[in-house]
Amino acid sequence: MHGLVNCSLQKFMTDTYGRAQWEDVVRAGNCTVTDFESMLQYDSQLTEQILKGAEQVLQKPRAVLLDDMGTYLVSHPNVENLRRLLRFGGSNFLEFLYSLEDLPGRASLAVPDLLLPDMAVEDISPNVFLLHIDVWLNGFAQVITGLLRAIADDYGALVVLEALPKTATCETLQVTLFEADFAQGRQFELGATA
Amino acid sequence: MNALMSHASGQALQILCPMHVHISSGGRILSLGRTLVKVQPLANARGRNFFEYFGVVHPQSCETVADLARNAGRTLKLRASSGATFNAVAAPDEAGGVIVDLSFGIRVVGAVREHGLTGSDFSPTDLTIEMLYLVEAQTAAMSASRGLNVRLHGAVIEAEERAYTDPLTGLQNRRAMDVVLSQMIALKVPFSLLHLDLDYFKQVNDTLGHAAGDHVLQEVARILVQETRDEDTVARIGGDEFVLMFDQLVDRAKLTDIAVRLIAHLERPIAFGGQTCRISGSLGITRSVDYAAPTAERLLSDADQALYASKRAGRNRHSFFDAATSGHCAQPQPEA
Repeated sequence: MHGLVNCSLQKFMTDTYGRAQWEDVVRAGNCTVTDFESMLQYDSQLTEQILKGAEQVLQKPRAVLLDDMGTYLVSHPNVENLRRLLRFGGSNFLEFLYSLEDLPGRASLAVPDLLLPDMAVEDISPNVFLLHIDVWLNGFAQVITGLLRAIADDYGALVVLEALPKTATCETLQVTLFEADFAQGRQFELGATA
Repeated sequence: MNALMSHASGQALQILCPMHVHISSGGRILSLGRTLVKVQPLANARGRNFFEYFGVVHPQSCETVADLARNAGRTLKLRASSGATFNAVAAPDEAGGVIVDLSFGIRVVGAVREHGLTGSDFSPTDLTIEMLYLVEAQTAAMSASRGLNVRLHGAVIEAEERAYTDPLTGLQNRRAMDVVLSQMIALKVPFSLLHLDLDYFKQVNDTLGHAAGDHVLQEVARILVQETRDEDTVARIGGDEFVLMFDQLVDRAKLTDIAVRLIAHLERPIAFGGQTCRISGSLGITRSVDYAAPTAERLLSDADQALYASKRAGRNRHSFFDAATSGHCAQPQPEA
């Protein structure tokens, strides 16, 4: 598994629950690494061990943890640069949703060995969409759910997300867009950072 | 000209080319792209002459609408009255005028920042957004990689510091000696500690150079290992300072034999690159059995005192620290 994934888990847990809790998670999961490097590759088993340790120590089901992590990735100031990179995907929520089809390509442009699962958006009606996500890290659709909810807030859009039954190869989210301009979103300037 | 058609093409231009200037055959500005208006002071420019606001830097002598039309399709370099430069291309319209489409060129990253441009300021097929994304993503990835390099470099230094071996001589280093010494004290085994400082080593370094000095240190290391047993510890703790620890050996006569033999061996000339290096050594010895409760600090400092007694007495000799008289060293005798 790419270090960015493990590193994100570590950042999410330390920023949300504190360093001591993170160390407990590492211990509970019998994980041999405490501090992950974002630019190295790790055994996929380690990611599983972290999540098992986290369920035990933080007393939360995996689905809830991953959903929270998705929200964290878009809304926490410590990972602002990721939010910015995601916002390049489009100037409104719908454009962003469509841009998820490009996400694996965008990711590997920036970090060539980061391989994200393929995603496809299916238009059901003008405001209902299905997002199909190829099976990857167990629970990845939960991360995307949390992330989509937070990015909808970021754009000021009102959306409802619902997980549909998953198949052996694919997880599907139903996205209903009630209002694209429901609230004032957060600013996004293309050239805000140096 | 058909007004409706003109309107339709104006709208198309606005969508497709948000950085365009449409100029009539007479040079009047007919329309301006919405993004261009954001980045240049062109609020009242409609209906005025294009060349009041823009000059063509390259190609030379491109000063009229006809000149622009003649250079259609070529890369133009424009300078706006504000001083900003643009890459541009001109294309004739159907009424004798030209459409000039501008671009920031390579300074786009700075321009976007300066004018606070957003995604809607560019045509969706314009790859500027993708380029900005890439610049930002690469910067983030690069800084993560740099962070990793810095941490790896730190880890290498730390590992070196944690190592127990002196890289030049292969002997144990100061840190290893500290560990062994405190272990022997904790285990309460009888042992002796010998502190050796080379004599005349500085002269070798000064007259024959550091390479000769390094060679001498390596030879000394070989001699020390040769003159001690496997269970003894030999450490280089400073430039030309060594500490030897003799496990289960506290007999003064035996220690004296060792000291005498060591100094004799050190005094044999060492050949280096056609030159001969001559050194000797001053020794200070202390024994764990002379203390009720020996400590590492005390043993080292007492061996050091004995060593300096040897130095004061004329070098190339050994002395024992006398714990009973607490600091008075047995009168050192020259070994040779």
